[in-house]
Amino acid sequence: MTPTTTVPLVRVAGVTKRFGRLTVLDDVSLEVETGEVVVLIGPSGAGKSTLLRTLNQLEAIDSGAIYVAGELVGYEMVNGTLLHRTKEDITRQRRRIGMVFQQFNLFQHMTALQNVIHAPIKVKRIKSADAKKAGLELLDRVGLADRADHYPSELSGGQQQRVAIARALAMEPEILLFDEPTSALDPELVDEVLRVMRQISEQGQTMMIVTHEMNFAREVADRVVFMADSRIQEIGTPDEIFSTNPNARLRAFLGAVGVKR
Amino acid sequence: MQSTLQPEIDISTARHRHRPSQWVASVLVLAIAALIIWTFATNKNVDWGVIMKYLTFPSILDGLWTTIWLTVAAMAIGIVGGVVLASCRLSPNVLLKGAADVYVWFFRGTPLLVQLIFWYNIAIFIPRVEIGIPFTNVTFFSASTNDVVSPLGAALLGLALNEAAYMCEVVRGGLLSVSSGQSEAAQSLGLSGRQTFTQIVLPQAMRAIVPPTGNQVIGMLKGTSLVSVMAVYDLFYSAQAIYTTNGKVIPLLIVACIWYLIITSILYLFQSRLERRFARGIVRPPAKRKSNRQASSRTTVGLEGAAR
Ligand SMILES: Nc1ncnc2c1ncn2[C@@H]1O[C@H](COP(=O)(O)OP(=O)(O)OP(=O)(O)O)[C@@H](O)[C@H]1O
Ligand SMILES: [Mg+2]
Repeated sequence: MTPTTTVPLVRVAGVTKRFGRLTVLDDVSLEVETGEVVVLIGPSGAGKSTLLRTLNQLEAIDSGAIYVAGELVGYEMVNGTLLHRTKEDITRQRRRIGMVFQQFNLFQHMTALQNVIHAPIKVKRIKSADAKKAGLELLDRVGLADRADHYPSELSGGQQQRVAIARALAMEPEILLFDEPTSALDPELVDEVLRVMRQISEQGQTMMIVTHEMNFAREVADRVVFMADSRIQEIGTPDEIFSTNPNARLRAFLGAVGVKR
Repeated sequence: MQSTLQPEIDISTARHRHRPSQWVASVLVLAIAALIIWTFATNKNVDWGVIMKYLTFPSILDGLWTTIWLTVAAMAIGIVGGVVLASCRLSPNVLLKGAADVYVWFFRGTPLLVQLIFWYNIAIFIPRVEIGIPFTNVTFFSASTNDVVSPLGAALLGLALNEAAYMCEVVRGGLLSVSSGQSEAAQSLGLSGRQTFTQIVLPQAMRAIVPPTGNQVIGMLKGTSLVSVMAVYDLFYSAQAIYTTNGKVIPLLIVACIWYLIITSILYLFQSRLERRFARGIVRPPAKRKSNRQASSRTTVGLEGAAR
């Protein structure tokens, strides 16, 4: 199936996910349009990370369905029978989804540039010289052109996270997922990462962001999703969520994280 | 606070203190070393002429070759077996995991010498090797076990199977030392499972795998001397064969030790190079350090990064 303008880029339809007897996602439905920036907020343990991780199949779901660009994620219909996709197919599906982790997860044995160009070369089979050129441009975009030959252990947390963002961008993903990208950073390093994310969002990149940076959420989000107790409680524009929403759960959460009306 | 410091002192001129206990220890060590050298140099049983003669004696060199060959072959099989066993032990498949667990339990739990003697006598246990369709009378190949498994083959088999059990644990430890975030990042970039393993996880696991593997190789080198019980002419058995006829026990043991030490030293150099190679990104290559000041500031950054 090819994506058309009428199909949302991401469609999460009635997804349930359990870890043993614990239900972590309970009948969650959500649609994300191309070019949209959706921010997920909510208390710890709400299932925000799990929701992001199901999108690129780092977690398998128990029921419901997820579509990315109109294509069923992880499963396919073959002659009327629903089958698990092959490993190759799952790998292909993951390519269109980029992910930035709380702990950066840069490849420790590679320099910043090698981190950025590894997947384009090995997965997309782009010529090494071309990948290098594009990789350096990306590092320049995140303000780290002069750190290309540094290993992750030689970079600050903020720098590592910006390399991780460049690495995800290098695969030109249709959607970019961020799971608390600034939570592991010292306070003075948070802004440099948010600045890069803001810049990416302005270029029309579809993004789903889990964050506790409420000011940032308010500023970049097209829509904000409030999750609690394994469910989506509220979806709305930043104004609706942060200012006018009467939901008591939401009010309590916002109060706890220090958001003033 | 600043004023109490004396800025004219530069600690780069400081000298180490030597405590009396260190002097006593140094003198003791030198005395013992002198005693050992004296014992060897003047002992009539240590005939350096004989040692030099046998150091390059043809049968000793043949034995040396067998020892090297056995070490390399048994380690090669052991490492491959270890990687396979380790991936089985880490596999979600219960049967694979269970089989690997039992293998490791058995081979680590019984003495190598006993295992070697068992393989040497395998013909008593399984007199004939047959290839055919099990539980039927159809056979394609049949031979006496003693024809198929020579003493040297039995030695190699015994050493390699035992080694695989130990290498399994070495490899498994290395793989577990790489955080799961690394493979998650690789997968979300669209790398296949195989690429993730060979390009991301294994290279980082190598840092934890190389040092204990170096130990294993050295252990194997010396462990090959056990095959003398199987009448395999390795370095040690060749030396033994000579001293049982001419009685020069000590010189020939020294000959064997000299060769073991030479190979161990070469292995040690090789291991240091490998370790440096796989330390990339964890320890900054010394060549790139320009000045002390720069190096120390980088180290600080590195430690901070690693602590996260
Ligand atoms: N692999 C796992 N095995 C078992 N339970 C898990 C696993 N991963 C997450 N959980 C549980 O699922 C629930 C939701 O976790 P999740 O990480 O999605 O929450 P979150 O909303 O991202 O929280 P936080 O803000 O703390 O990151 C938690 O109760 C967590 O303990
Ligand atoms: Mg989380």
